[in-house]
Amino acid sequence: MLHRPQSTAEALALLSLPDARILAGGTDVYPALVDRPPPTRLVDISGLPDLRGVRRDGKSIRIGAATTWTEIARAGLPPAFDMLRLAARDVGAVQIQNRATIGGNLCNASPAADGVPPLLALDARVELASPGGVRVLALDDFLRGNRRTARAPDEIMTAIVVDDVAGARSTFLKLGARSHLVISIVMVAALLVVDGEGAIAEARLAVGSASAVARRLRDLERRLVGLSANDAIADVLTSTDLSILNPIGDLRATADYRLEAALELLRRALAQLARPADG
Amino acid sequence: MDDNAHRITLVVNSERRSLEASGVERLTSVLRDAFGQIGTKVGCEAGDCGACTVLIDGEPACACLVAVGQVEGASVVTIEGVARHTRSGARLLDAFHRAGAAQCGACTPGMIVSAAALLDATPLPTDSQIDAALGGVLCRCTGYRKILDAVRMAAGDDQPALGGVQGHVGQSIARLDGRAKVEGRDPFGADVIPSDALFLRAIRSPHHRARFTFGDIGAWLASHPEIDRVLTAADIPGRNLHGVIPPFADQPVFAVGETRFKGEAVAAVVGSRAAMERLDLGQFPVGWQALPHLLGIDAALATGAPLVHDKRPDNILVHGRVEKGDVAADRADAELTVEGAFETGFVEHAYIEPEAGFARRVGDRMEIAACTQAPYMDRDDVAAILGIAPADVRIIPTAVGGGFGSKLDLSVQPYIALAAWLTNRPVAMVYSRPESIATTTKRHPSRIKSRISASGDGKLTAIDFQADFDTGAYASWGPTVANRVPVHASGPYFVPNYRARTRAIHTNCAPSGAFRGFGVPQMAVAQEQLLDELADRLGMDPLEFRILNALDGETPTATGQALGDGVAFKACLTSLRQDWRAMRRAAEDFNRQSPGALRRGVGIAGMWYGCGNTSLPNPSTIRIGLKADGRIALHQGAVDIGQGSNTAITQIAASALGVGIESFDLVSGDTDLTPDCGKTSASRQTFVTGRAAEAAALALRAQLLRLANVSDAAEIRLESDRIVLVDKGRRHQIPLSSMNAGAFGYLLAAEETFDPPTTPLDANGQGTPYAVYGFGAHMAEVDVDVRLGTVKVRRVIAAHDVGRAINPALLEGQIEGGVMQGLGFALMEEFHPGRGENLHDYLIPTIGDTPTIESILIETPNSIGPYGAKGVGEQALIPTAPAIFNAIRHATGVVVRRAPATPDRLLAAIKQTATR
Repeated sequence: MLHRPQSTAEALALLSLPDARILAGGTDVYPALVDRPPPTRLVDISGLPDLRGVRRDGKSIRIGAATTWTEIARAGLPPAFDMLRLAARDVGAVQIQNRATIGGNLCNASPAADGVPPLLALDARVELASPGGVRVLALDDFLRGNRRTARAPDEIMTAIVVDDVAGARSTFLKLGARSHLVISIVMVAALLVVDGEGAIAEARLAVGSASAVARRLRDLERRLVGLSANDAIADVLTSTDLSILNPIGDLRATADYRLEAALELLRRALAQLARPADG
Repeated sequence: MDDNAHRITLVVNSERRSLEASGVERLTSVLRDAFGQIGTKVGCEAGDCGACTVLIDGEPACACLVAVGQVEGASVVTIEGVARHTRSGARLLDAFHRAGAAQCGACTPGMIVSAAALLDATPLPTDSQIDAALGGVLCRCTGYRKILDAVRMAAGDDQPALGGVQGHVGQSIARLDGRAKVEGRDPFGADVIPSDALFLRAIRSPHHRARFTFGDIGAWLASHPEIDRVLTAADIPGRNLHGVIPPFADQPVFAVGETRFKGEAVAAVVGSRAAMERLDLGQFPVGWQALPHLLGIDAALATGAPLVHDKRPDNILVHGRVEKGDVAADRADAELTVEGAFETGFVEHAYIEPEAGFARRVGDRMEIAACTQAPYMDRDDVAAILGIAPADVRIIPTAVGGGFGSKLDLSVQPYIALAAWLTNRPVAMVYSRPESIATTTKRHPSRIKSRISASGDGKLTAIDFQADFDTGAYASWGPTVANRVPVHASGPYFVPNYRARTRAIHTNCAPSGAFRGFGVPQMAVAQEQLLDELADRLGMDPLEFRILNALDGETPTATGQALGDGVAFKACLTSLRQDWRAMRRAAEDFNRQSPGALRRGVGIAGMWYGCGNTSLPNPSTIRIGLKADGRIALHQGAVDIGQGSNTAITQIAASALGVGIESFDLVSGDTDLTPDCGKTSASRQTFVTGRAAEAAALALRAQLLRLANVSDAAEIRLESDRIVLVDKGRRHQIPLSSMNAGAFGYLLAAEETFDPPTTPLDANGQGTPYAVYGFGAHMAEVDVDVRLGTVKVRRVIAAHDVGRAINPALLEGQIEGGVMQGLGFALMEEFHPGRGENLHDYLIPTIGDTPTIESILIETPNSIGPYGAKGVGEQALIPTAPAIFNAIRHATGVVVRRAPATPDRLLAAIKQTATR
């Protein structure tokens, strides 16, 4: 049975029924079935108005959890979110982006989730609703491991909330073995704020597909602050900056390669952001 | 029906449609099974292939990932409605048809629907917008070039006229079955299943090798009243065995006692479609005991390794050998020798249509409608399994959504035949994508060692070649690969001293079988890279080195055959010379000027490939008849798997008969209606069946001319009530009503057979294995990112000796598709047994990976093929990977020892070369 609740409260009530599972874009639920029949009870939250769309809320941006990647790619978002909009264009292909949701990407918690590195770099918070109320968690705290999150069975993710970063520029680089519709070998999200003197005022870097959960490189971020933002910035990075990562080797690449490629992508992302705008 | 079923209404192609459903059903199954809209194809049920793309409120989505309840009240546009319910749909259908953008047609509905969303929103898209819009739809046949052409054509006003009016040899007419394909009407295996059919699912081994015992199947059946029947080996009335090469047949329909590869079937359950979809196969009463297994050639050859088949010592299925001259003699000091070891992995065919079909018992006969490349071989094997005469089995090939060799072997056929035979109900089976990948044949992994010598003046003097092929658990086409490769390992070059030895080795992997080239592409990866190394050592240009050594009609091949006329390999190479020099120079300039991570390179590789079976008969028979309505019936048994034989064979017949193609009615593939045209493989259909069609049409023409004793030069006009023969200015009219039906029920009929003239090979592999060889050379330009190990193929120029181009547009389509499969083989495709049985772990190229592909067709007719034509289906893939590897070497100095050159492997090799 597919339920199509009209409100979050109704959805939460339905979720308490036996065997109930949440459905949004369907792009993770259905592929995971392989040749098994669909779940008998699905609660479709993709139509809940509260969960759809992007809106500014003071200095923060609130993205409904059931907002699709296409909607995010098309949303008028500030430059700090460029990396998220680039990632939105890299989630599967158009067919997937039109259905898959940002909340689904986070709740599915794949180590290769395209949305996670940019949202980690944006210090995103997630809003979880349950019959008991609403709680807000840092995304870092929400993601607990490979396909593991802090979401309780009676909770629905309702929104992702991000504070804008004034003066920031950001980018997202994804490496796969082919051009489209590919699970990444490794990916990098990077954000820089450069002050009037051309020095780095703030840096935020996250690497995905290179550990069970995408990781921020906070030591490196701190090390970059105060350095001049120019082409030479790429040379500052060394492999020890990635010691926090713990990649696996799999069908897509060896673990060693992931580390090397992550370093190279980080260098390219920083070099790109350090160049003058539109340069 | 689910207890929670309720009425769900959606708007499909502007029509309100409703059904009783629980809402969780996939939209694909509702569109196809409940609403009969079979144009929406199911390729993977995972969002990995895009074949099921429909528009939901105007936006493309994979219907397989949408719960039907989610689109209640929404507008859904499928391929069936795209012409009327999108602005650009009708233009796209036309453009796809005219551009030759549909080959097998399985991806075409998804492509067109996706393109319609793009053009409706962006009427004049850029190439990168087209790439992004179509990047989610995989195509395995076309290489995407003609799809790009079609979208651009639909976006612009440019509608070039196609071909000639008559559709004769040499004219680029659109496929005769093309309109049905672009409109999604051409029915594939899963599209012909009657609504009252039972469905079958197989119980398959979860281990690479296992012993198994059934529990109490009777009790399990009693507790599952929704299941009609369970089948095991004990239910097989004939022999529990099949195999494409009868003397090597070794594959059971259902394993007995022990399974030899992961995914092997041990039993099947049969019931209603709904019951089968709900069934959890994990509940079936079978116990497994995993046994030590062999993955890879080393494990299979290790001392004390368990035998995969008791009667095949050392796990060796067959040896192959061709030898002439003396390779063992000490090569003179003046000679240069290079040697190397190379490996290639399992490659999956990854056609967009998974295996499917249904069977029904008609009295004491069995009828099977399924996708296949080899109807008569299917017929004979199914007959043996059922214990009935071959004439009592009828194979009706459906449209085939790509084959590339794997649909030569049986897949669903024995299961559905057995179930239909025993239940007397129609029974269908549709492979899931994981089932298709796990259990059907693969390209043989190879391990090659080779040594090549040349004299100081650049002439090849000796080749000593050795290859082991992982043939998996069953024979399939392993013997063919082991025998074809030694014939071809000289490449299209003259080599006086030659030895090539091969082995096909059993492991506990899915059977390796036929895949576009039968081992020759793997061989070419080694040999063509070594030739570049040798040219370097000689200080010669790689192209000129190949030209110097190229075979011609007089120089004997490795099997001692002088090919005579129609050998245009040198012409292929020289046709590339100007581009070669310019592009090599440009690449070197680029590398001097570019400070970044990109290194550009240009590489070349040559190819030859014998058309048809190796030293074995492979006749085709064509029947052609004049019907009472003045039309021509062409009984054309060559299965069109997308390559275009329906069109090309008809063009040959029309030319030979001397009438326009519009007079032809095609009777295709059905073993009750068409004589045997053999299998669609080994690049033999245009050549062998084409020649039979030419002969049959000429025979019918002679009969027509005799009606008025006119000369050979007479013109034939077919009208609905008469035949008009015009000769030397005189008109002769023969009313059709004056003629009586004769042979095969036609007014006039002819049937002709052609079998290419070959001879058996002697103990040293000397003889005439093939009557005709195709030749070609590819040039590839690549950019290598030396810090990431990634490769972008920018441009491929493909020169092919096709003898005579029957339909140049179809030939280009074959070449472009072959190039893209070669690109996948080179850079990304590798199947790891037991892992990644889906199309997001097993990667094939997308539209964004397509280089510019230019085809050069060299026409040097030979005296054997129809109008001098040769096959090109496999030829087109063989030189691509080594050309790409030689380009990588030109860019970076790295020799690719292990295919595919994935980014991690290539980066490691680049770093190793740098530190050396």
